[in-house]
Amino acid sequence: MSAPGGQSGLDIVRTQSGYRIGEDLHAVVLAGGLAYEREVSLSSGRRVADALHRAGADALIVDADADLVSRLTTTRPDAVFIALHGSSGEDGALRGVLDLLDVPYVGASAVASRTAWDKPTAKAVVQAVGLHTPDWVALPQTTFRELGAGGVLDRLVHRFGLPLMVKPAQGGSALGAQLVTAVADLPAAMVGCFSYGDTVLVERYMRGVEVAVSVLDDGTGPRALPAVEIVASTGIFDYASRYTSGMTTYHTPARLDPTVTQRLAEAAVTAHQALGLRDLSRVDAIVGADGEISFLEVNVAPGMTETSLFPMAVAGAGLDLGEVCVGLLAAAATRTAG
Amino acid sequence: MPERLPNGQLESALPIGPQAAAASAGNTLDPYADRYAARTRGMSVSEIRALFAVANRPEIVSLAGGMPYTAALPIDSVAAMVGELLLNNGPKALQYGPGQGDERLRELICEVMALEGITGSAEDVTVTIGSQQALDLVSRTFLDPGDVVLAEGPSYVGALGTFEAAQAEVVHVPMDGDGLIPQALRDALIRLTAEGRRAKFLYTVPNYHNPAGVTLSEERRPQILAICAEFDLLVLEDNPYGLLGFDGVTHPALRSLAPERVIYLGSFSKTFSAGVRVGWALAPPAVRQKLVLLSEAEVLCPPNLTQFVVAEYLATQPWREQIKVFRELYRERRDAMLTALTAQMPAECSWTVPTGGFYVWLTLPDGLDSKVMQPRAIHSRVAYVPGVGFFADGNGRRDMRLSYCFPEPDRIREGVRRLAGVVEEELELRETFMSGATSASPAAVGGRHGSDAPGPEVA
Repeated sequence: MSAPGGQSGLDIVRTQSGYRIGEDLHAVVLAGGLAYEREVSLSSGRRVADALHRAGADALIVDADADLVSRLTTTRPDAVFIALHGSSGEDGALRGVLDLLDVPYVGASAVASRTAWDKPTAKAVVQAVGLHTPDWVALPQTTFRELGAGGVLDRLVHRFGLPLMVKPAQGGSALGAQLVTAVADLPAAMVGCFSYGDTVLVERYMRGVEVAVSVLDDGTGPRALPAVEIVASTGIFDYASRYTSGMTTYHTPARLDPTVTQRLAEAAVTAHQALGLRDLSRVDAIVGADGEISFLEVNVAPGMTETSLFPMAVAGAGLDLGEVCVGLLAAAATRTAG
Repeated sequence: MPERLPNGQLESALPIGPQAAAASAGNTLDPYADRYAARTRGMSVSEIRALFAVANRPEIVSLAGGMPYTAALPIDSVAAMVGELLLNNGPKALQYGPGQGDERLRELICEVMALEGITGSAEDVTVTIGSQQALDLVSRTFLDPGDVVLAEGPSYVGALGTFEAAQAEVVHVPMDGDGLIPQALRDALIRLTAEGRRAKFLYTVPNYHNPAGVTLSEERRPQILAICAEFDLLVLEDNPYGLLGFDGVTHPALRSLAPERVIYLGSFSKTFSAGVRVGWALAPPAVRQKLVLLSEAEVLCPPNLTQFVVAEYLATQPWREQIKVFRELYRERRDAMLTALTAQMPAECSWTVPTGGFYVWLTLPDGLDSKVMQPRAIHSRVAYVPGVGFFADGNGRRDMRLSYCFPEPDRIREGVRRLAGVVEEELELRETFMSGATSASPAAVGGRHGSDAPGPEVA
């Protein structure tokens, strides 16, 4: 691989908003893949590439397929921006391959991604550092097969009450996630969830304001960007609400009391650090009426589409997405070179 | 609805820019929302459709798409023909043409229709951009918001989308192995009459139905037409697959039995090329006049270039022999699919046996939901289309459409093997969670019909 910073002539300048480099940066944007979120990923990738082009960087969109290794070997990018959502892009698997190839990339390491990707594990980690997260239980399909469903489902309702959130333990874009309001709907919700993965996360439902806090580390340590408040017109921020313009109202910054805003920002950075994340992440949380912040999950490859939350937060902070991405790529390139 | 700022300005839709930073009033990302026509209501992205994004990847066996196998065309001959055409007639081929379509092509279309017993005049043919545009023109000609259209259940998803865009209500009429059930059609018409409502037309795909894979029996054809005459109902006959019968049988078109009552739609997408986008409508003169005027308003004229290509193909190439090649190819694939289904699928599954066309309609065991099961199928590297997309009324949750037109027989067998595994796993889940329950379906999600099916580019 090329030696970033040296042979490729990276000219990195530290600016107020982070790093800034010239047109010498050769980036690959990884998008597509075989996960359920392929379409979202393709959209994210195109948008990141456009932003990079506008910021003066050279960016090539590459699909994560059987040709990936040879493409990376021949294109020899200075760094890779991972716009792959769902498995492979976020579960650490692909990052491990990039490590093997000595290709630097933006974002969390393979090991940290694996931890963050698995929602029950991530919840346990942030809980251990004192953040609140809704009570939960993670149940693999084999458990039900061995023990039968009836007794366990009854116990879930008894323990957590209704409504309940049922979602795949891994995965994004709310695919498979369901709000269960009646006991009778629980078996069907479990069946729907197990179609997406082998383990289901059942969570106590938290009422409150739905927020997403993007965390950015552009060289001075992780900081929270303005929180984005989500108000889905249907009441549920599902796949259609996420990706159809007009179905959801976003407030940037979130309409929260300043002290809550401050605590929310701190909580997001705490989660980012506790999970050992790098460069960027997005924490999804609920702010209760009493101001209590509940951590739901974290994304190591946040969506970058025209309706995605991370770009809104970047804009809300007065930053340019392309410059932010260029800075992160430059930091990744020098990180490995260093 | 978009938020309005105090000065009355619509807030910016763009998440990037100084406006967004100050957008404490909220941003819906759609400042145009209060200007849209009512017919756009309910248009949204679809989780199901997103899953089809992976279907074209080589790792996936796609039994989901409807792409004809154009690789079976004699590409060398077609290329030489197109080259000759441009050399000899380039300036005209690259020019505007008449709104009704090229006259020579319309005459040749009449020869094609004669194979199904239709005696039509080139004067009554309107060439369209695929028969999909003809569907749209007929809908615009006849449908006002709230009008009723009768259609088979399930029905062609592209037609449902067109009727929905026309804000019409689709009332489904059930089929069995012999196609549309005459008594069910009569019952539906009696019911509508009792409600004081009048259906504008019956939309039907009589041959090798998409998606159901069944064919209206010759015995039933006059019965259906008699019922339509009794209730003075027009028929919109959509017949893209009529020449693709595997047993060498070409059924008489409904149009050939009742020329005044039937508007006939044809297409070259399955007999020659889907990429040329050439279809047509054969309609009674009064209707044809309206179709042409609407088409001129819509697209000015169908493309001369592709019309000339089709006309040249019909005039100079062995197109009847090519249709036989397609029939043999699709028959082999149908056989591969049916054999694999019989060998692999769990006993409680059932499916139709097509005698032509592209599709098998499969019904899952009670309690299974093809839409809910779809992610598991994608994870197992096989794709199908859940049945709900082919109904306007939320039915079809136990059903799916399987296509055999595009994948090679070995891939079809592998796809069915994977699908059988997926169904087995889902049955096990049902056993675990749903014992005693009758349906695994959460409340039906009110999606826009057509959004829950793959786009035309899906293999």
